[in-house]
Amino acid sequence: MNWQLVKLALVFMMLSVLAVGGGTAVLPEMEHATIHWFNLTDRQFRDIYSIGQVAPGPNMLMVLLIGYRLAGAIGAAVVGVAFFLPDCILTLAANRLWIRFAGSPWRQSVQQGMAPVAIGLMFSGTWAIAKLSLVHVVNQTPDFAAIGIAAVVTIVLLWRHINPGILVLLGGTAYVLVGR
Amino acid sequence: MDSATPPSSTANNPAPATRVALSQIFKVFFMAGAVSFGGGVVAYLREYLVRGSGWLSDEDFMSALEISETLPGLNSVNIAVITGDDLRGVPGAAVAVGGLMLPGAVIVMALGLLWDQSRHNVTVSHFLLGIAAAAAGLLLVVSLQLGKQQLARMPDLAIVIATFVAVSILKLSLAIVLIVIGTVAIWLYRPHPARPPAPEHLPFHRGPRHNHYRR
Repeated sequence: MNWQLVKLALVFMMLSVLAVGGGTAVLPEMEHATIHWFNLTDRQFRDIYSIGQVAPGPNMLMVLLIGYRLAGAIGAAVVGVAFFLPDCILTLAANRLWIRFAGSPWRQSVQQGMAPVAIGLMFSGTWAIAKLSLVHVVNQTPDFAAIGIAAVVTIVLLWRHINPGILVLLGGTAYVLVGR
Repeated sequence: MDSATPPSSTANNPAPATRVALSQIFKVFFMAGAVSFGGGVVAYLREYLVRGSGWLSDEDFMSALEISETLPGLNSVNIAVITGDDLRGVPGAAVAVGGLMLPGAVIVMALGLLWDQSRHNVTVSHFLLGIAAAAAGLLLVVSLQLGKQQLARMPDLAIVIATFVAVSILKLSLAIVLIVIGTVAIWLYRPHPARPPAPEHLPFHRGPRHNHYRR
């Protein structure tokens, strides 16, 4: 029980410092860790991710629910602190030291070099959610209703800017109507 | 120009004469955290910090965003830490992060409890599946838009593909991917005496924000 909390804290602290380019970047690692090292099912992971999409604020607040599902209210608190605090401390330190690096040519090298890595990780995060939602979890066959929803959202957003929250709710409603 | 006037302050963006109250910082970040439905919290923060409160100039905001993007963690949370710290030090950073996360945390937990009780409800599970499918499309578009520059030039495109393949196909551990590919990528962009830094990558310099209203 306590060991579970320690393990949760360590895993989410690790995810915290690996989140280069934002929360989406660590989704594959988070999915792997919570499903293989803890007994979260892929369906639970997907549902929790979806709940994060409809709440305001940072979508990654959904990690609280992972903690809650695995270890109750204490688990939610532990995961919340472990996932957000290390990054806050790092950022605080960097904010105070940044001016010192401002003139360093390496600062620009880091920024330019890590930008494509962060984009690659975003595609990996996208891939992780697509695999969880666009194929049936049970038999891995394509879920054409879900693929249709993803395709429509992609086309609409490439075409013009609409509040993604509305599209996401419409996607949920559409699946209730046509999914099986 | 009066030497006491911060360089970035303009007629429509005056710097506050007194230091900002912690409760004020909390309120502004709480609002941004409460209304930023559908993600895109950074855009809401810009609205509240630059146009609403006038605490940051547009340039200050872009500078804070640039640091946030380089560091691990969520950009919105990192911006809250930087802005809160610049306004009121560590307590400022703490209330900014707390305010930003509180509304979403409460709502996520409330929805989670409802979900817990309706786990076997087919409509609920279909609704959440549809949300995940829509989110997959949304994430694809966001990745394409953020990666516009990187997807259009070498060696960036190669780094994007290598990272994706390493994580999603080869399923290597993220720490190893970051260390190996990150090191190679930074080395490819290592400082080069013969190649002056491209100006478009350093559009903002951290300047005025560090002189005015600092603690």
